[in-house]
Amino acid sequence: MAEQVFKIPDSIKKNAKFSYCPGCDHGVATRLVAEVIDELGIREKTILAASVGCSVTLYDFLEIDSLEAPHGRAMAEATGIKRACPDKFVFTYQGDGDFASIGLAESMHAALRGENISAICINNTTYGMTGGQLGPTTIMGQKTTTSPTGRNREYYGYPIKIAEHIALCDGTAYSARVSLDTVANIRKAKQAIKKAFEVQLKGLGFGFVEILSTCPTNWKMTPDKAHERVRNEMMPVFKLGVYKDITAEG
Amino acid sequence: MVECLKDKKVLTKGNYAIANAAVLAGCQCYFGYPITPQSEIGEFMSGKMQELGRAYVSAESELAAINMVIGAVSTGVKAMTSSSSCAVALMQEGLSYAAADELPVVLVSVMRGGPGLGNIYPSQGDYFQATKGGGDGDYKLIVLAPSTVQECADLTYKAFYLAQKYRNPTVLLADGMLGQMMEPVEYKQNPYPEIDNSNWALTGAKGRKGRIIRSYAPLASDRCEFLEKLYKKYKLIEENETEWEEIGVEDADVVLVSFGGTARNVKIAAKMCREKGIKAGVLRPITLFPFPHKRLFELSKKVKKFITVEVNMGQMVNDVRLAVNGNAPVELIHKPVGIPPAPEEIVKQIEELI
Amino acid sequence: MSYITIDRDKCKACYLCVNECPKKLIKISKTKNSLGNNIVEFCDEKGECLGCAMCAMRCPDLAIEEVYKG
Repeated sequence: MAEQVFKIPDSIKKNAKFSYCPGCDHGVATRLVAEVIDELGIREKTILAASVGCSVTLYDFLEIDSLEAPHGRAMAEATGIKRACPDKFVFTYQGDGDFASIGLAESMHAALRGENISAICINNTTYGMTGGQLGPTTIMGQKTTTSPTGRNREYYGYPIKIAEHIALCDGTAYSARVSLDTVANIRKAKQAIKKAFEVQLKGLGFGFVEILSTCPTNWKMTPDKAHERVRNEMMPVFKLGVYKDITAEG
Repeated sequence: MVECLKDKKVLTKGNYAIANAAVLAGCQCYFGYPITPQSEIGEFMSGKMQELGRAYVSAESELAAINMVIGAVSTGVKAMTSSSSCAVALMQEGLSYAAADELPVVLVSVMRGGPGLGNIYPSQGDYFQATKGGGDGDYKLIVLAPSTVQECADLTYKAFYLAQKYRNPTVLLADGMLGQMMEPVEYKQNPYPEIDNSNWALTGAKGRKGRIIRSYAPLASDRCEFLEKLYKKYKLIEENETEWEEIGVEDADVVLVSFGGTARNVKIAAKMCREKGIKAGVLRPITLFPFPHKRLFELSKKVKKFITVEVNMGQMVNDVRLAVNGNAPVELIHKPVGIPPAPEEIVKQIEELI
Repeated sequence: MSYITIDRDKCKACYLCVNECPKKLIKISKTKNSLGNNIVEFCDEKGECLGCAMCAMRCPDLAIEEVYKG
């Protein structure tokens, strides 16, 4: 008798079809979130504060309660939900533009207040949904539709290293940066998401995971080439690792 | 620490009356950022909510504050924020979302002088901001305008009730004078029933499918249908909830239209006019949306002149003109900003206008 | 015997699974699905599939729905 080793997570809506572009890592991140919700058994008490960008459609795929937020305000809404209902599990799923540009104040202050919220931030170094413009995480030299000759210091300044900044906040319980470029890294990413969710469930504070992700459409690359870019160009700038874990021993 | 006093008459500021009534109305969460002339509301709440084990967050901005309220009310609880003029401007995005998502947000807006940073003097310069909206798209906020400190308390109860009853963001539109002045106030029992939110609130998808509260509708047809439905609700609100006070309008030649703190002096001015033989009456809208269009139109068939009195450059006068629809002239007595014009000054200007 | 099941109508033809499979058992098919994509096919005539689920872990669209290890 063959044993089932993979199935569609129960938290994914029946017959859900992701609307992400072909090869986009958002689909993997969405599945990992659903798997962790299943494994922790928290689907029925979960409330999502949604975001704006490619991540907006998450509520169409997960069988959970969701609230729309204006661009960048997911963390404020999540704060409101969590303060009103401390017994619920509250999380956000945002892009780098939503989390770290227009919503940076909300994100940093939620971490500083040590809100018992978990946040997933997809870093693909561009504004994907609007067609690949320069974003807060666009790396130096990267060409986008609004940095036609590449990101330079004179016009654009520098990209933000989100996981490091969130780790500096005293209210943060867990902050990590992971990648989805290989199956091994996908497995690590899932463990990080689980940890970021668990610190909330334990009431320890803010849990955060930055996920390095691809945007094959706007990078104008095949999905495989896009993963190579994650390894060769993004990882040297955005180093993978756990930047804060107050549950770690020693 | 100001006490939450029920069934007792106390002398207090408008801001405290609002805060106290909000607590008694069952407000579970307060989110706010300080701004004069309404900071007492947040100060009171910071202590009282913690004492009662309710939620208080000192928000990083007004953008955050209004969205925290949106988050909290989406779970079915009563929540509020308070702010003033240039800072309420920052909340317009959130208010548009709350209207589109049909969420019972309560905002206390204590007006100060604008535009820009302006000053901290009383003003009614945000009539447009509250009633016409500064956010995107077609939507309406329910707007209640207290005229006394007692009404600050009474209309706070009502704001929470109407917000929940119609699932619509509701603004209590006071001004710096009302917020800062002291008057006796009696906190009565909350006269309104609790509204059942269980059929829409986000509580976790236990034993049911996940609920999504959103206005995002990629298809044009969906959006049309949604807006038609939304505007049917606004019509219902107009039919059911339009509220105003009127004094001596039945035989009046001149009807003075004024709202909020300014209406206090206008009432005295009308009395002084009567003593001088000018048949003046007063119509004070208590709800600015819904606006008493119908009543003003009825009166316009026999009234010789309408005069609005406002502390701004003339905002509500536009709605009065729309209501009167050319049946009678509509004049404006106004002061750009500050304490409302004195009754004597109003009478003098009425005499010049008639 | 190990095997996978594919929902052909979810496949967006990114072909990440094709390179991911350590036994190269997933091939690009000539048939198109409802999205107009040349979908992938699981071809395991010799029973080589390890049931490692790396293809499913990699698939961004949940098109590889089930993996059985036997």
